[in-house]
Amino acid sequence: MSDTNSPGQPGAGESGEGSWPQYLSRGESHGATASGASASSAAEPEGIRGPRRVIGTPSPATARTLLAPGEGEPRREVVVRELPAEPEDPAHAKRMEKVVAACFLIAGLAGFAFLVFYGTIGVGSITAVTHSNLALGGSMALMFLLLGIGATLWVRHLMPTVELTEQRHPMHATEEERAAFKETFEQGAEASGFVKRPIVRRSLMLATLPLAIAPIFLLRDTGPLPGTSLDYTVWRKGQRLLIYGTGRPITPAEFSSPGSIISVGPEGYLDDDDAMAKAAVTLIKFRPGELVFGPNRKPGGPSTPNTVVPNWTVDNIVAYSKICTHLGCPAALYEQTTFRILCPCHQSTFLATEGARVIFGPATRALPQLPIGVDAEGYLIALGDFNEPVGPSFWERS
Amino acid sequence: MSVERALEGTGVWLDDRLHGARGVRVLLRKVFPDHWSFLLGEIILYSFIILLLTGTFLTLWFQPSMTDVIYHGSYIPLRGVRMSEAYASTLNISFDVRGGLLMRQIHHWAADLFMAAIMAHMIRVFFTGAYRKPREINWLIGIVLFTLGMFEGLFGYSLPDDLLSGAGLRITEGILQSFPIVGTYLAFFLFGGPFPGHDIIPRLYILHVLVIPGLILALVTVHLFLMFHQKHTQMPGKGRTNENVVGAPMYPYFMAKTGAFFFFTFAVLALAGTFAQINAVWLYGPYNPVAMSAGSQPDFYMGALEGSLRMFPPWQWVFFGHTFAFNVFVPALLPLGIVFGGAAMWPFLEQWITGDRREHHLNDRPRNAPTRTALGIAMITFYGVLWAEGANDIIADHLDVPLYLTTWIARVAWLVAPILAYIITKRICLGLQRKDAHLLEHGVETGIIRQLPGGEFIEETRPVDEEALAVLTSRNVPPPLPALVPAETDVPPPGMRGRLGKVRERLYNVVTESVPMPEPHANGHGNGHGNGHAVEGNGHGQESLPAGSSPEPRSGEDQH
Repeated sequence: MSDTNSPGQPGAGESGEGSWPQYLSRGESHGATASGASASSAAEPEGIRGPRRVIGTPSPATARTLLAPGEGEPRREVVVRELPAEPEDPAHAKRMEKVVAACFLIAGLAGFAFLVFYGTIGVGSITAVTHSNLALGGSMALMFLLLGIGATLWVRHLMPTVELTEQRHPMHATEEERAAFKETFEQGAEASGFVKRPIVRRSLMLATLPLAIAPIFLLRDTGPLPGTSLDYTVWRKGQRLLIYGTGRPITPAEFSSPGSIISVGPEGYLDDDDAMAKAAVTLIKFRPGELVFGPNRKPGGPSTPNTVVPNWTVDNIVAYSKICTHLGCPAALYEQTTFRILCPCHQSTFLATEGARVIFGPATRALPQLPIGVDAEGYLIALGDFNEPVGPSFWERS
Repeated sequence: MSVERALEGTGVWLDDRLHGARGVRVLLRKVFPDHWSFLLGEIILYSFIILLLTGTFLTLWFQPSMTDVIYHGSYIPLRGVRMSEAYASTLNISFDVRGGLLMRQIHHWAADLFMAAIMAHMIRVFFTGAYRKPREINWLIGIVLFTLGMFEGLFGYSLPDDLLSGAGLRITEGILQSFPIVGTYLAFFLFGGPFPGHDIIPRLYILHVLVIPGLILALVTVHLFLMFHQKHTQMPGKGRTNENVVGAPMYPYFMAKTGAFFFFTFAVLALAGTFAQINAVWLYGPYNPVAMSAGSQPDFYMGALEGSLRMFPPWQWVFFGHTFAFNVFVPALLPLGIVFGGAAMWPFLEQWITGDRREHHLNDRPRNAPTRTALGIAMITFYGVLWAEGANDIIADHLDVPLYLTTWIARVAWLVAPILAYIITKRICLGLQRKDAHLLEHGVETGIIRQLPGGEFIEETRPVDEEALAVLTSRNVPPPLPALVPAETDVPPPGMRGRLGKVRERLYNVVTESVPMPEPHANGHGNGHGNGHAVEGNGHGQESLPAGSSPEPRSGEDQH
């Protein structure tokens, strides 16, 4: 079916590209008419004379698609494209057949190469994995790519261009069908007695009620009740602060450079993720005078939020919970010059010199302070648990 | 010949048992309309299939266990390190299973592509109005699929139990704890006790490999069946009406094209998995609750939630001995609730406002529904601000902007930017409508200047061609409001009474705001348009909708 160019159009000589030239050739045909009658006259509305385009007017691409055929131009013939049909240009199709076959063949080779690479390239080291990944992935990608290209060329160049039109029908059924359905449904309902025997209906509903709730009951044992466990950590009076990573205890003298920060945990719990998820502590060393004590400090008493309790510090070392009070990420970043502790998850920022009060971000509460002291051997120890729950807020927290 | 006979034999054998010849024949000729944007949905389907294939491969080695082990595998930097079996087996897949790293990376890329394609597909469906009656059910299914995909992704990337994903779980726990009354219980039941416990990975595993994929598969099946049953929408064009579907038949055209597209999707994912490293868990290290690295980011589809949490001001209420973590609970649920809830309600809201309860199979051009398009862009802007804020530390770092400034910008922008986006988009749409109206009214400028005998210069214009005309005139005009119809009585019709009726009338005027279409000239205006006249209407506009308009049986036009 190569008759997409309507008779009389000189566009047939333009190219062998099937049906596209309809748009392209329109310009050509204009050229032909224009050269036939070159005189331009206002009294002669049909047929456009003169150049097709001047600067500042729609580009040929737009003009081609927007302009309707002018008077005197041959009307395009509406071509019905339906199966069965032949490709528009058999010679072109013959050429493309080879290209498609080449794509598929190379795809097959790439697939074969994948198998070979799988067999020959081992893994077990970073280098080997890098090579294996490159070879396997490269050959696999090439295979799929060529399969896709081949199939696309096949559709576009080997198959005849076909366009079908299918009719839609309203989604809804006809009135009669609906009526029939209603009748059938009601007959069934009537026969079942579901409506007219309420005792059957209600007792059934009652019977299925436990079934609906049962899954909730069955999920009960997925975990223990929280109780007051969120209020406490494993820190106890006298417990040594061990450096996270090395597991060694630490003396104030060892931790002497101001501005430094260290993560510690309670003795015996460093490898216990459940305990550490609440008990992780940041030790920060300050220069004398840097720590600011709030006005309502009560030595030895509970630390009100924006206050560092002075006798809970040892030699200008302060211990704050490392667990962010926003969502529990480790507030792990510390800026020495500004004394800011920053949580990398949501950027809650705490001022270390002022009781780790919140100075920016979504957290609402200061990082709890751990009371610390030194034991007889001079190592840092906890003087007790935090006096408020650590980590994110929760409903039962008062 | 023998192939033919074998095929025929199989066909007869099957038809004897299934009576398939009639139905399947219709199926083979089922028409699929073409438009590049219709491929977005296919990307979702194919990345899902690739997820199933690669995911199955990964399960052969992955150990969903939080038992502590000491690593002795091939990745030297982590030898001797205490880690969970889940993390160790992920390292094992990456370094000791041939093709394991490739499959892991393709799996992760495919998940990102899946979510990205869902977003793009939803945007396409929204802006072209393809969600309208009768396709509201598929729209809702799509929103559920999006939500499921988010959880599927979150649970999936949490499985390796690396440092980054562990932080994600910690945040999940914190969000659960913020729920009023039931929060701590939810967290304890999900994690089997205090965080992190030893249950969360096996639990997420079964959700990730069975429950959620099962739900997604079921919903995808329904989604595709409905699409098939209701027939695909089509973009406006010559010969395309609300009552027909114009395109290529399924067999062999659509099958070959969509097959090719599957290969392309797989090829792109394979290329990404080969050349673009993703989720290099061995660099993050195993999870421990004490460590955290700067610049931590979730996968992109969780970015909006992350940004919402980052941006929210530190508000919290304590009353009667209880803490309501407003600063977590609200940003975790509200913004995405607005996006998803708004999207779910919009089709019904639009129907109620416009009173347009007709079926729509011919898609709108976005400019022809200015209010809808503007709302959509506003929603995308809203989501986009949150999303960008989810990476504000990276943005601050790369653009050298103060970190807190980025947060303040987001705090202002999430309220202001959507409003601006709405206003600007609406203006752009109306402007484009004016341009269309101008084309219809005055035709296309040819660039030919002609001097009239009187000395006046005019520019030649010509009417647009039929294909463009069909596109330009395809505009869905909603039916007038009942109250605007002249009534015999003074009583407003039902649906327009009371205060709600007033609201509806006002909304109607906003939603249907459009540049008036140029008066279509009478039919039979013919083809022989005189040239040189500026005003040259076009008669044969296909009104996009009216039921029972004469459908053109077949079109031989060049489309694509």
